[in-house]
Amino acid sequence: MNQPARVFARLLLAAIAWYIAYTILQPLTEFLAFDVLRLERGSHLGESIAFFLYDVPKILLLLSAMIFLITLLRTFFSAERTRRLLGGKRQGIGNVLAAMLGIVTPFCSCSAVPLFIGFVESGIPLGVTFSFLIAAPVINEVAIVLLFGLFGWQIAMLYVASGLTIAIIAGVVIGQLRLERYVEDFVWQMQVGAAHDDSLALSWEERVARGWDAVRDIVKKVWLYVVIGIAVGAGIHGYVPTDALAEVMGKSAWWSVPVAVLIGVPLYSNAAGVIPIVSALIEKGASLGTALAFMMAVIGLSLPETIILRRVLKPQLIAVFIGVVALAIILTGYLFNTIL
Amino acid sequence: MLSIKVLGSGCANCHKVEELAKQAVAQLGIEAQVELVTDMQTIMRYGVMGTPGIVINEKVVSTGRVPALSQITTMITTALA
Repeated sequence: MNQPARVFARLLLAAIAWYIAYTILQPLTEFLAFDVLRLERGSHLGESIAFFLYDVPKILLLLSAMIFLITLLRTFFSAERTRRLLGGKRQGIGNVLAAMLGIVTPFCSCSAVPLFIGFVESGIPLGVTFSFLIAAPVINEVAIVLLFGLFGWQIAMLYVASGLTIAIIAGVVIGQLRLERYVEDFVWQMQVGAAHDDSLALSWEERVARGWDAVRDIVKKVWLYVVIGIAVGAGIHGYVPTDALAEVMGKSAWWSVPVAVLIGVPLYSNAAGVIPIVSALIEKGASLGTALAFMMAVIGLSLPETIILRRVLKPQLIAVFIGVVALAIILTGYLFNTIL
Repeated sequence: MLSIKVLGSGCANCHKVEELAKQAVAQLGIEAQVELVTDMQTIMRYGVMGTPGIVINEKVVSTGRVPALSQITTMITTALA
């Protein structure tokens, strides 16, 4: 067999194994909880443990599949290619495209500075650059998987849609404010060399190998958060009265969205750590818009990234950036509280 | 002598790549200078927007990721060939 055929054959086998594991998971965990461990069906302890035994491997399976697929997709994109795709795009259409490219372009906040310089130096408008810089961290694949696994695909899609909306609106507003003078002066004097880009030249073998590497790295990094988070979620499930939070974080409390964002901005956590909190909030009566706003404030506006960006942005622009994104998150929170 | 530059703003991944590059050089038993470049103007001159980046003999060979040791070894042998 030639190389690509062997890669695809192995992928197909992995997909079949994944599907079988995912299908037998529920009967298997029920058998474990109620027949092997002899827990009582319908009892609080029994249901909690069954829930835990089922949810942890389910989330980890979903996480592996999602990370593999998104990494595979991302091997076709690179910061250099995204810059080329955004070149010559105007405000508006450029912001929409930048926000969407923010999802598929491999990005780590430690590259925010060279990426920012590379974008604005090549003539991409400031607002369009910000749409990208906001979408990339706000729309997080680990968060997508956890929302999908714990709340269903509707909520997961809602999260992606609101992340895109926030990135587009905040980028357009920053663009309209004409803040170019608040970019550090040295940025405009930089000389940027011709870019290196191998995103289109890679072999399938290499792309698939990168996918596996990413699965291993990320699962290793977040599995403990997932286990602890689901354990806490399973525990809270029965011991906190339902609707305990309805008064303070329900739809009727208009101030709950801004307060959730204000609390969320200085907190910094990864998506895996914050979603169990969100799920507990929702279960106990917080409205969805409020809980999503809290989550996006925590993972989207991170202190480390802001400190890194301070190297290229003057304090005024940093303040506008945080303010506009926080405001956009608040508005999205209200929007969801209104329509849902 | 072979020159290997690791481009990065000093993040954890950049140090990891620097370490891997040194290991690769030791493994191949060649004469090479491994250097971590953090100066932003120098990084931009190579057109690199994703750090860590690897430059071998003034040619950019990898950006925006931490390659495996074996891949770095291949990059070096390709540059030597």
